[in-house]
Amino acid sequence: MKQIELTDEMMEYVGILAKLELSPQEMDAGRKDMEEMLDYINQLDELDTTGIEPLSHVFPMTNVFREDVVENGDGATDTLKNAPAEKSGGIKAPKTIGE
Amino acid sequence: MKNYETIIGLEVHVELATKTKIFCGCSTAFGAAPNTHTCPVCTGQPGALPVLNRQVVEYAIAVGLATHCEITRYSKFDRKNYFYPDNPQNYQISQLYLPICRNGYVEIETEQGTKQVRIHEIHMEEDAGKLIHDEWEDVSIVDYNRSGVPLIEIVSEPDMRSADEVIAYLEALRQTIQYLGASDCKLNEGSMRADVNLSVREAGSGELGTRTEMKNLNSFKAITHAIEGERARQIELLEMGRKVVQETRRWDDNKESSHAMRSKEDAQDYRYFPEPDLVPLAISEEWIEGVKARQPELRPQKLLRYKEEYDIPDYDARILTQSKHMADLFEAAVRLCGKPKKVSNWLMVECMRLLKEHEMDPEEIAFSPEHLAKLIELVDEGTINGTVAKEVFAEIFASDVDPVDYVARHDLGAVNDEGALRECVEQVLAENPQSVADYRGGKTKAMGFLVGQTMKAMKGKAAPGLVNRILKELLSD
Amino acid sequence: MDIMQATAVALGRKIKEKEITAVEAVEASLAAIRSREPQVNSFLAINEEGAIERARRVQREIEAGRLAGPLAGVPVAIKDNLCTRELRTTCASRILVNYIPTYTAEAVKRLEAAGAVVIGKTNMDEFAMGSTTETSAFGVTRNPWNPEHVPGGSSGGSCAAVAAEEVPFALGSDTGGSLRQPCSFCGVTGIKPTYGTVSRYGLIAYGSSLDQVGPIARDVTDCAVILETIAAYDRKDSTSIKREDLVFSQGLSDDVKGLRIGIPRDYLGEGLDPEVKETILEAAKVLGEKGALVEEFDLGLTRYAIPAYYVIACGEASSNLARFDGVKYGYRAEEYQGLHDMYKKSRSKGFGAEVKRRIMLGSFVLSSGYYDAYYLKALKVKALIKQAFDRAFASYDVILGPAAPATAPKLGESLGNPLQMYLGDIYTVSANLAGLPGISLPCGMDSRGLPIGLQLLGDCFQEKTIIRAAYSYEQTRPYRRSPLAAGEAMQVGQAAAGETMQDGPLAERRHL
Repeated sequence: MKQIELTDEMMEYVGILAKLELSPQEMDAGRKDMEEMLDYINQLDELDTTGIEPLSHVFPMTNVFREDVVENGDGATDTLKNAPAEKSGGIKAPKTIGE
Repeated sequence: MKNYETIIGLEVHVELATKTKIFCGCSTAFGAAPNTHTCPVCTGQPGALPVLNRQVVEYAIAVGLATHCEITRYSKFDRKNYFYPDNPQNYQISQLYLPICRNGYVEIETEQGTKQVRIHEIHMEEDAGKLIHDEWEDVSIVDYNRSGVPLIEIVSEPDMRSADEVIAYLEALRQTIQYLGASDCKLNEGSMRADVNLSVREAGSGELGTRTEMKNLNSFKAITHAIEGERARQIELLEMGRKVVQETRRWDDNKESSHAMRSKEDAQDYRYFPEPDLVPLAISEEWIEGVKARQPELRPQKLLRYKEEYDIPDYDARILTQSKHMADLFEAAVRLCGKPKKVSNWLMVECMRLLKEHEMDPEEIAFSPEHLAKLIELVDEGTINGTVAKEVFAEIFASDVDPVDYVARHDLGAVNDEGALRECVEQVLAENPQSVADYRGGKTKAMGFLVGQTMKAMKGKAAPGLVNRILKELLSD
Repeated sequence: MDIMQATAVALGRKIKEKEITAVEAVEASLAAIRSREPQVNSFLAINEEGAIERARRVQREIEAGRLAGPLAGVPVAIKDNLCTRELRTTCASRILVNYIPTYTAEAVKRLEAAGAVVIGKTNMDEFAMGSTTETSAFGVTRNPWNPEHVPGGSSGGSCAAVAAEEVPFALGSDTGGSLRQPCSFCGVTGIKPTYGTVSRYGLIAYGSSLDQVGPIARDVTDCAVILETIAAYDRKDSTSIKREDLVFSQGLSDDVKGLRIGIPRDYLGEGLDPEVKETILEAAKVLGEKGALVEEFDLGLTRYAIPAYYVIACGEASSNLARFDGVKYGYRAEEYQGLHDMYKKSRSKGFGAEVKRRIMLGSFVLSSGYYDAYYLKALKVKALIKQAFDRAFASYDVILGPAAPATAPKLGESLGNPLQMYLGDIYTVSANLAGLPGISLPCGMDSRGLPIGLQLLGDCFQEKTIIRAAYSYEQTRPYRRSPLAAGEAMQVGQAAAGETMQDGPLAERRHL
């Protein structure tokens, strides 16, 4: 069975993907929990899944569509309603240029 | 310096011409006030769910068929995860594992003849919103009107070898997609966008070099310059014995150069997984046949028909059909006036001249076929002559004026008053006895001079037919 | 009899028969909430004025004969992960502390259309991640049977509110047992329907391929009637199923003759509390005595359900919760350096420890190099688990077992060891992986006086079969009121109570 050891780099990398900044204590606790969880998950390897199709949707449904008809009116008020900051009809966010 | 070969593959994003967004009933109309075309779905509100617009699939299949792709019978959507403020869910619904179309090609004309550029795949996805940089506060302002507008991404194989081939490929794609009515493909409005993957290798080498990806290319000019610049940059690195780093580079139109978009926060690990909120697509044979049946006339058929139906020469037909917009204009004007050769003539000569003069694309032609048809009528019924007609056409081209109104308002109508004309002709004959004598002595060329003099006296407004008739009548007296 | 002692259907009948008005029903509910909330803390927001106003309108509609359904005028509590227009919806998370939805979840809309009156929003584990309602950012909810114990989770607030008789019924959600397990801990009844039966539109997603909304009430009849009201095809949810057989009350018959009931041996093994085991087998015996054919069998793969579930649920959650970034709504950190720092600070302060743990795990299992080994593997195991249930349902109509391995733990006992807490989901997660309907109903008490829940699983779309089995069993056992509802003294632990009062948004929530 594979044993996962999460290095500092891996934890930092996952933090970048998840956009989470963990304190050193949280990081240590998180690493321990995650290693334990991954070890536990690794028991799935006991099962031979050769030739098994991965099942993402539990029912074999296909082709659910809407027609190309405009249904929504002006949504600006609702869209801006919960925005932490707004300006000129848009949502104000930290600048993206130069990031 | 060694001889290098440039290897280019393209990722082309095309916004589809649906009325509504890919996953919600918001309008896709361009240019609305910020965030007016938004709803819980396309702004990533908690709990909102996507529902696929059938027309998006229809268009994607149509483009796939027109580019000789295989249509994937069982297709799925996947989530591409990355954080950016223009991406409200912080994931984009796209297709990775089972894209709708695969293994196609587009034919382009090169100096070496016809060449196939292979298409690796075409997949459907949603567009992001728009970020406007606010200089005053140094912040970004997010507008989600474009968020969820349907896109297809057409991924080519690395089959192109020069900027010219890239442009030819893009022109061919644009033409096909416009003919299908699947998109207007405007580079300047962003409804067609191309990312360029480029690498270089020593000529004759069988292996591909390390490639870079260039983004933010908004015009054919930018694409050409970016390709030339990147080719030179990579060759320079190799010549210095250094390596090309695989990276994404952003083209800066103002600086005419690209720079690497490097950020530790930009891990480029998209964690794709099957989109649980959408069910797979099962594309039936009937559906594909239906798309084929509904397919509008494409350029090759049009070329043939123009020759057969309108007796238009091949060269002219090629120019007229170069852009669907021009072809549509041509056909509409012909329907109105029934004079294909004359319509063709106006478009081929005057219209092309003005396009060139103003550095415009045929897509940008803004006048209506009604006005061109009316202009032709005015000439044919002798209301205006050719010289005046050219002047009026320039006005139609510039601001789509109604030629009838314009001629009346500027008093450009030819003088049809026979009495006034006869007086004028008599005057001209009296002033040019030598020419009169020459004509009567058999020198028929003198007629041309006398017509010219009459037109001059009438300030160009005389109806040429009438002038001819009166002249002949008086000279034969 | 106390108005609040009535079941939802009974209360609806009283209103219809003009015994009481919708306004009186809502006022009774609000009065119960006022008196019991300090002890139970099941609500995050109470829609006092809105509910009374709405009850007045509903009453007029009833009198005009335009509303005649069984739930007209009946108060309902909604789990706080279902969006309610103009009523704050937080998922019990700081990151949504100020979020006011601009639309209402489809399931809630259907209840409102049937005349039910939304009283308020209930506490839960943050983003439905937890089994105790202790991961809520706004204080814990207490078990109405014993305030030292948790109500279960994540729909702990909804279950506690029903058990405390603050409301006759509530909506909950179930991703891995989040509805069935707290029902079991609180001694109430709930149904997780077949995946796709109730629209997920407006349900703030945790694991999209597993989430379902379901009813929580005090008996099987209520659950059938409520499910009948909220279940419908919804074109806004692409995974919604067009079903013809939505009249679940047709399953309400006291008849299990010939019903084939299987008890998976794997559900009775190691880890199951002996008292729970004994009670469950007793319930099975009762059904057998009523004519059902009960036997034990090997379901198989049970121990793989939890690892597969956590990979899939956390993977999906890491993506579903990416939208909470401080840009469009919710909490944005006050101070930050640039965009990515804003993301990280907002999310790190906005999310609690359990949510962060699952987002980290989910991001990892989807990341480059690990996707095949974890996520894809889990989807394949899911396929195997589905096959195992298909085989089982070829032989049995109902699968019977416990809803949880033990009764409600004490407050503060669970969060220290996440893996141990996850193992408590062993009997419930399979139903979500296979899309099956499941019902959880009380079947006895342990020696500490805490309720034990019986779980009946049916094949996909066979809600009526499990409703019939549950209804038949229920006829043999009178409903037992929780001590809090019955007005018996509740001993609230001092230290914990203080924390609840301070952390809970009790002061501000009445304004909403």
